Amino acid sequence: MNIIACVRQTPDTETVIKINGAANGIELDGVKLVLGPYDEYALEAAAQIKEKSGGEVTAVTVGGEKAAETLRHCLAVGADKAVHINDSGADDALAIATALANQIKKLPHDLVFVSNKGTDSDRGAVGPMLGELLGLPYVGLVTEIEVEGGSATVSRDVEGGAKEKFKVTLPAVICAQKGVRGEPRYASLPAIMKAKKKPIETVSPEGDLASLRKVQVEKLEYPPARPPGRMVPGESAADKAKELVRLLRSEAKVI
Amino acid sequence: MSKVILVFGQVRNSEPTRPTLECLSLAAGLGGDVHCILLGTGAKAAAAAAGHQGASQVWANEDASFDKWDLAAVANTVDAAVKSTGAALVLVPATTHGKELAGKLAARHSAALASEVIGVSADGDGFKAVRPVYSGKVRATVKLSGSPVFATVRPNVLDVAAADSSKTATVNDLAAGQGDSRIQLVSVETKGDTGAVDLSEARVVVAGGRGLKGPENFHLIDGLATAFNGAVGASRMVVDAGWKEHRYQVGQTGKVVTPELYVAVGISGAIQHLVGMQNSGCIVAINNNPEAPIFKVADYGVVADLFEFVPKLAEELKA
Ligand SMILES: Cc1cc2nc3c(=O)[nH]c(=O)nc-3n(C[C@H](O)[C@H](O)[C@H](O)COP(=O)(O)OP(=O)(O)OC[C@H]3O[C@@H](n4cnc5c(N)ncnc54)[C@H](O)[C@@H]3O)c2cc1C
Ligand SMILES: Nc1ncnc2c1ncn2[C@@H]1O[C@H](COP(=O)(O)O)[C@@H](O)[C@H]1O
Repeated sequence: MNIIACVRQTPDTETVIKINGAANGIELDGVKLVLGPYDEYALEAAAQIKEKSGGEVTAVTVGGEKAAETLRHCLAVGADKAVHINDSGADDALAIATALANQIKKLPHDLVFVSNKGTDSDRGAVGPMLGELLGLPYVGLVTEIEVEGGSATVSRDVEGGAKEKFKVTLPAVICAQKGVRGEPRYASLPAIMKAKKKPIETVSPEGDLASLRKVQVEKLEYPPARPPGRMVPGESAADKAKELVRLLRSEAKVI
Repeated sequence: MSKVILVFGQVRNSEPTRPTLECLSLAAGLGGDVHCILLGTGAKAAAAAAGHQGASQVWANEDASFDKWDLAAVANTVDAAVKSTGAALVLVPATTHGKELAGKLAARHSAALASEVIGVSADGDGFKAVRPVYSGKVRATVKLSGSPVFATVRPNVLDVAAADSSKTATVNDLAAGQGDSRIQLVSVETKGDTGAVDLSEARVVVAGGRGLKGPENFHLIDGLATAFNGAVGASRMVVDAGWKEHRYQVGQTGKVVTPELYVAVGISGAIQHLVGMQNSGCIVAINNNPEAPIFKVADYGVVADLFEFVPKLAEELKA
């Protein structure tokens, strides 16, 4: 089983994001860059499936020089090989999906993992685009996956309280939701040492990515600040409950 | 602007879903010629509501096969409508189904796709969109070039304009596209709690955190949610501890919700939780620690022991 895990380097979720002077990007100084939290789950699923059925996991990322650090981490938490598509152009889903597709076409692949979304890009767009560009079946937001022979059985929750189960012929692109195969493993010291010896291949992106960047950031701003709130007064819990309901009905008018 | 704006509508119980109405409202506000696609059982019945919301044309196919999700078939069906209408903008609710559809079609058209937008405006010949990035810590205004352009619209953020029953849509038949035999839908299981409101579309969300101490106390949240006629949510601590499934999780690695009212019970307000709910209309926080960070985003804070307060609140709501 040859598994590809598409991973994205993102600011750590604790990071305070500061908009740059030109208001078209963020200050990167002092920002800790990590493997995307959702990608951790996808990579864990990839590693578990490989450990059961044999084969290799290749982590692939599109990004600038620093992205290689994230690949090194991937090699310590389940990946056997890594490919760094070196590109520091603007972050655009179609350009990234195209660069990934062109690279993945050259690699053996039975299963391609993406994850829910970048916690910085907030898109969930690269995955379905990649499925289309590779001409492969795609299932988004998978919470369960079992691989058996030439197919995968996957489940996911959809709006309205239903759970859909699909049988998908491999190769396929699967988008992992949090917890698809439990908690991601930690990078143990021996695993980190071993990761140092594993190969990271660096390649240039193929295709005219510039012409695909059709979503241009014009301006970044902070969301409007919430007006200050207040504490609901009252002696007892019952008083407070009464007052809260009154406020919600007559002041906030939300109930 | 007489450009065609095509909305991919979703139908539930013969009605357009709320996120569909939001897309239609957004489209109508842009002043274009609004078309709406409705597929599956009840599609034609739902067309009336789409008309009242400003659609001039509905493209419908009532085939029950559309009740079971087949991405390839839907994409091929919608693609034909994108082409035949010459749509300049395609709006799709940012739901599980909507997001995979929009991504697939945008790639097929090599077109701009703005994901999870909370606003769209006309910009000369094209469109601009506003979308939260960095988990909502920042808002980006993006310019979408080319035609058509696609956008998925984050549910529950935009207002739905009042329905105008004097407006009606012409209903047209839309031919079903080819499916993909490589993906087979094996089953659709409805959870025990259907009928209960869906978290991402709910007008009220009552979420519980570790302050509840254990899964045996979560009925307090269920009860309060029922009293508010809302949906149940949970912090990650609650999900990781196995008290609730992940689909209830609100936050950076859960759902982003924007209900009119969000009630956080026994939740401390870690940044990863806040980014999932801080754009809610009104926020109520219930916590026994007056220093809890959740109070910083709350419109109404209640410092109280939840075990004492929550039953009282539920009682008061029913009164
Ligand atoms: C990569 C990453 C992603 C994450 N994603 C998410 C996410 O999506 N969603 C999320 O929620 N978290 C997420 N987290 C976790 C987050 O950092 C917090 O750990 C989590 O939100 C805390 O959950 P909690 O508020 O329920 O628990 P706690 O922080 O333990 O808070 C419990 C609260 O209950 C109060 N309390 C206790 N007893 C009572 C009582 N009797 N009455 C009233 N109040 C009481 C306490 O004062 C406290 O404020 C993420 C973390 C990381 C690192
Ligand atoms: N630069 C990238 N390199 C590799 N994979 C990516 C990249 N950006 C996004 N992805 C993958 O696509 C998923 C969705 O990303 P996004 O559309 O940016 O929210 C991510 O979770 C990754 O699996």
